[in-house]
Amino acid sequence: MSDEKKPGLHSPLRRKLLMGMAALPALTMLPRSSFAQAPATSAINTTGLAVTDTEVTVGILHSATGTMAISETGSIQAEKLAIEQINAMGGVLGRKIKVIQEDGASDWPTFAEKAKKLLVNDKVAAIMGCWTSASRKAVLPVMEQYNGMLYYPTFYEGLEQSKNVIYTGQEATQQILAGIDWITKEKGAKSFYFIGSDYIWPRTSNKIARKHIENMLKLKVVGEEYFPLGHTQFNSVINKLKLTKPDVIFTDVVGGSNVAFYKQLKAAGIDLSKQTLLTISVTEDEIDGIGGENIAGAYACMKYFQSLKNENNAKFVADFQKMWGARTVIGDVSQAAYLGPWLWKATVEKAGSFDIDKVAAASPGIEFKGAPEGYVRIHENHHLWSKTRVGKARLDGQFDVVYETADLVQPDPFPKGYQ
Amino acid sequence: MFGEYSIGDLGAIFAMQGFAGLILFSVYVLMALGLAIIFGQMGVINMAHGEFMILGAYVTWLTSSYFQTHLPSLFSGYFFVAMILAFIASGALGMLVEWALIRHLYKRPLDTLLATWGLSLILQQTYRSVFGAREVGVELPQWMMGSQQITDSIEVPINGIFVMCLTLLITMAVAYIMYKSRWGRQVRAVVQNRVMAGAVGINTERVDCYTFGLGCGIAGIAGSAFTMIGSTSPTSGQLYIVDTFLVVVFGGAASLVGTIASAFTISQAQSTMEFFMSGSMAKVLTLLAIVGILMLRPQGLFALKVRK
Repeated sequence: MSDEKKPGLHSPLRRKLLMGMAALPALTMLPRSSFAQAPATSAINTTGLAVTDTEVTVGILHSATGTMAISETGSIQAEKLAIEQINAMGGVLGRKIKVIQEDGASDWPTFAEKAKKLLVNDKVAAIMGCWTSASRKAVLPVMEQYNGMLYYPTFYEGLEQSKNVIYTGQEATQQILAGIDWITKEKGAKSFYFIGSDYIWPRTSNKIARKHIENMLKLKVVGEEYFPLGHTQFNSVINKLKLTKPDVIFTDVVGGSNVAFYKQLKAAGIDLSKQTLLTISVTEDEIDGIGGENIAGAYACMKYFQSLKNENNAKFVADFQKMWGARTVIGDVSQAAYLGPWLWKATVEKAGSFDIDKVAAASPGIEFKGAPEGYVRIHENHHLWSKTRVGKARLDGQFDVVYETADLVQPDPFPKGYQ
Repeated sequence: MFGEYSIGDLGAIFAMQGFAGLILFSVYVLMALGLAIIFGQMGVINMAHGEFMILGAYVTWLTSSYFQTHLPSLFSGYFFVAMILAFIASGALGMLVEWALIRHLYKRPLDTLLATWGLSLILQQTYRSVFGAREVGVELPQWMMGSQQITDSIEVPINGIFVMCLTLLITMAVAYIMYKSRWGRQVRAVVQNRVMAGAVGINTERVDCYTFGLGCGIAGIAGSAFTMIGSTSPTSGQLYIVDTFLVVVFGGAASLVGTIASAFTISQAQSTMEFFMSGSMAKVLTLLAIVGILMLRPQGLFALKVRK
């Protein structure tokens, strides 16, 4: 009997309890979302990316091992610094950035495989990564197939544009032309000698430089030489330089060859304070290995130098060295890598969404006023408007900035008349 | 090509070009000597040869840093100390590797290829973890930089002369050890007939260990010397390994004279052709010529006549 009565007594109470429990999630949601002012995850992530109420996952994909680790270490450091700073400011759309770092191991198929893993398994909202053109070319089809967003930091040869890539470094015309114009005027140069490593970037860059020198400036290129990657003996070409006596040596030698080239140039008695040399492949990072005394006096054509004097850069250098050690140097590409997370944050906030399509569409016109190199803006073609600068190498491995373009230079990845 | 230059200019260039060839020759000999001992005398395919060289380079870098901070007055002479330390470090590591790894593989020569290749990867990553992935810059004392003016237009780099003298010295030392000393006779005896050498009372295991150590130690000296002309980073060793094997194989594995002759041929061909055409093209032609010659003479330029 009593058994029959009990449900009767309890049922109104149970109904109330159930109602209260149903309201609970709404109660917990309300104060939290109004506190952080973050939009609901369902609204800003419609494609199933790894975005939760508190976190968004981003991938870093560089070579931490293998030959390219020399160059890519600086980029990894810069990206981690930017992400840490963004998190300290409260993250992106109220979400802290969580990093998944993958190692491309200086091997291009590995890059493609890891990019696929980041996009398909980890569902990252963006990837900061790649360094060599070869690794970017390997990753590009993956980015396009699985619709990802790549922020690529290196200055490169151009001839590429993708919805899924933002190029935060310079393409070739941005890097080279203004520098050649300046050195021609400054030094009254009439003849140029090109020396490069034998792969796509130096060859394309030199092609553009040659067209500019011969067709626009009506000057002469007296030699063009390529050496296999890793070549360490440059005595013969140095003798050729002595014979042809060009006004300007224009170099894009990379990697270990770089060190060998400048050491042997110095040893052969070519004095860079008298012989003009313009390089587009030596940053503060490379000078660490070359040694300041071997390259002092050479000119480098970049968009950023560590010695650049402005407030943003003073803070950036201080923060970078605080995080990674007081003796760490910062090269052009490290700075470009630092821009990636910041540009992505600004784009996501403008789009009001993490969705790749919306981020890609919102990218043109995005500005970043806090860039160490100064103001930058994303162009319609997903490259950056940026200044070209020329620096003169000092004994201590830093550069004196001797020239910068008055205005931002428009990115032109498919330059007419240069192909 | 030369129409617009004066006779004096051309003469100077040819003199300097000849010298460039000689420097390249010395570099090749220095690279290959250690391997000629290990591969030539012991038949071990040592893919980690480049990493033993880079160990020498890092030792040089450490020594230079030490002298800079603690003994700045003696800095001008640090390089000699560094080379001795490089020899000891690489040699010791070589003996350790021989004891732990190589001696178990003498009867399986092809497996040494894989084992030493793995070793090279391990060493590269160790350097990367210990010294960092970035290149390190080895500072040279003032007297070793720059060039020596011989006439108005002929200049030769001082570090080139230094490498040449060093190569000469080490080659003579190796030749003496291998062909004149009692220990060298033991080494050659072991190479020719291990069982018989053991039977007449030679401690073959100890001979193997020291031979491998000597080869690696010379690689260390080479690495130390190359800090003057090349880069020092965890993977720099890879820059040398192909050329090194090329010189040793082309010369005929078991012959010291062969190594020297082949280094001379390759360096002169390379440096002359580089002067007349692009660096990449010169390399292609050099390699083609070597392939051609090896097809006609698979045993290399100089081979020991052994009764089979």
